[in-house]
Amino acid sequence: MSSTVLFRRGRVIDPRNGVDGVRDVLVRDGKVVEVSETLLPVPSSAEVVDATGKWVLPGFIDLHVHLREPGEEGKETVLTGCRAAVAGGFTAVVAMPNTKVVNDNAMVTELVLNRARAAGLCHVYPAGAITKGLKGEELAEMGELVSAGCVAITDDGRPVMNASLMRRTLQYATQFDVPVMVHEEDLTLSAGGAMHEGTTSTRLGLRGIPASAEVAMVARDLVLLEETKGRLHVAHVSCEGSVRLIREAKRGGLRVTCEVAPHHFILDDRAVGDYDTHAKMAPPLRADTDVQALREALVDGTVDAIATDHAPHGVLDKQVEFEKGINGIVGLETALGLTLELVHAGVLTANRAVELLTHGPAKAFGLPGGHLAPGAPADVTVVDPDAEWTVDAHQFHSRSRNTPFHGRKQKGRVIQTWVAGHKVFDKGQVGQSKESR
Amino acid sequence: MRHLLGIEGWRRDELESLLDRAKAHLPGGPDTTHLLRGKVVANLFFEDSTRTRTSFHMAAKGLGASVLNWTHTGSSVSKGETLLDTARNIEATGPVAIVMRHRSSGAPHLVAKHVKCAVINAGDGTHEHPSQALLDAFTLRQRWGSLDGRTVLIVGDVLHSRVARSNLHCLKALGAQVVMCGPPTLIPPGLESLGAEVTHNLDAALPRADAVMCLRVQLERQEQAFLPSTREYARLFGLNAAREERMKAGAVVMHPGPINRGVELAPAVADGARSVILEQVSNGVAVRRAILEVCTA
Repeated sequence: MSSTVLFRRGRVIDPRNGVDGVRDVLVRDGKVVEVSETLLPVPSSAEVVDATGKWVLPGFIDLHVHLREPGEEGKETVLTGCRAAVAGGFTAVVAMPNTKVVNDNAMVTELVLNRARAAGLCHVYPAGAITKGLKGEELAEMGELVSAGCVAITDDGRPVMNASLMRRTLQYATQFDVPVMVHEEDLTLSAGGAMHEGTTSTRLGLRGIPASAEVAMVARDLVLLEETKGRLHVAHVSCEGSVRLIREAKRGGLRVTCEVAPHHFILDDRAVGDYDTHAKMAPPLRADTDVQALREALVDGTVDAIATDHAPHGVLDKQVEFEKGINGIVGLETALGLTLELVHAGVLTANRAVELLTHGPAKAFGLPGGHLAPGAPADVTVVDPDAEWTVDAHQFHSRSRNTPFHGRKQKGRVIQTWVAGHKVFDKGQVGQSKESR
Repeated sequence: MRHLLGIEGWRRDELESLLDRAKAHLPGGPDTTHLLRGKVVANLFFEDSTRTRTSFHMAAKGLGASVLNWTHTGSSVSKGETLLDTARNIEATGPVAIVMRHRSSGAPHLVAKHVKCAVINAGDGTHEHPSQALLDAFTLRQRWGSLDGRTVLIVGDVLHSRVARSNLHCLKALGAQVVMCGPPTLIPPGLESLGAEVTHNLDAALPRADAVMCLRVQLERQEQAFLPSTREYARLFGLNAAREERMKAGAVVMHPGPINRGVELAPAVADGARSVILEQVSNGVAVRRAILEVCTA
């Protein structure tokens, strides 16, 4: 595999560096060397990618994926999750700690990192647990987790219900300057709920989860954040009240970031239809007014990142009574298409959409990459913005198929993904890099 | 073959034709035991039920069918069998219809997607109870002929009531006005957009009603802070003799059963001249015969 690559004449969209136009991009030895408006000479032994009519983008970064390993390898492994990631244009993912051996200690962190190295496809950044066993009782050893390579700490999948424990978490984390990522759900408000509380839950006779279950916790944690001067990242924001509070907090100078998942800005609670468990997730699909508010927050900068909350599950987890159905959908291989729907609809500019998938998440967690200046990692995603295609869950590289988007028509598709200058995905095929990194 | 998963989605003419058909199944009607002779109707009850299960049982017998009675107690559900596996096993015995009650809203929809016979919802969670709404409408049509322009007041725990939802769809489709009344904690959001008028003042709404349907209030709602007490519920929303006096002349009192006497309904009212509660029960068999007939046709 060539270590020098020249991406020729693609439209380079690099929001961090203010680039949007036709450029040549030269990468060598895993780094970006030059980005040029004029044609660059082809170095000897360089691989040339003709990107005419294509977009050449910084590799996408997903702050929120569930790779399920260790413990639930029937749903996904680090390897299959990485395959799905690069197929979706992601060159880096943050792996949630709620595996069936919880990532609350360095051994599990190292296991995930070793599996990622063996997969050799994309960067995997583990997130460690806030509390031991995600039980919400005692702090996990944050210092050990961070030094083992965790880039964030989170009990994702569960909230930290104990406000005092949450306050200490924010305080304690300041010494490592690591973001505390929170799944905001007041369990006494969501108790037993299966979907968003609204007309659809009334019609279907399903117990509702009010928006306040999320918003009240966001409010609590912003108050704690102000007091502790900590660093907070709100995962999968789903409703209008949350974005309003986060917007105000940002204006007030608090160190808060947040992410939105594509399903929350594309679908509303009516997608539950006749009890479709593929439309069941936590937080739930909300009202159309919430979808609207999320879109506005994507535009105005309140939202820092689009993150998929990629949550693989088996068929049997979903082919059950709605209230028994397990939460979550896979997202890595549909994220770009769904994001581009907002571009086609005139909601987002291409530049902003790319920022939300690249520099936005990189900055939120302080991760490398997310842009294409000389010296940056040669993580590159090539997109054909005009390719029309239909989502086919059976073609996913993920081990799981749980998506409400099967059969959805999309325009714009990832055609190549490069990580550290190596081609790891090309025209539908995932290729394993020989090199470890 | 047609499923009856809910009233929602059934057109007025379809409902009327089913209700008209039910008249022929009243006691003294023509012999109908040839309609499902040699056929099997499976009663699949995952939740306790006496009234509905026996009513469907009698209805199936009245059409000449054999009835496979399956109940959750002592079944393999307690051994962890999934709903779909149970349903497919029942289907393998070759029924023309599965009559199903389940504690989860939408459970019959899941089964209907995976079996070939008709699925009849006999009550799913807090979603719908279509046969109850049909027998309620049948009872009112017996009285009034048509439901056009009539006002039906549904009182109580609408949030947890499948009877209320089915009745809302059924009564609206047949031309009646529906007013829902209960404490704000037990009125779910969005009822207005489904076509109901909502009030929390029973005394104000009562004189307008041509029929008052009282819903069962479950005692555990008190523990979940939906209500301070059943005593207070009875004071604010119970249909007692004093309130009954303020009802319109000729207005009727209904209840899907089982009644908490003295909570939502005073004994004197339940057994009084306005009560059509026992008519509801006896009409149940005729209506369920018509349901089985229509769904298996």
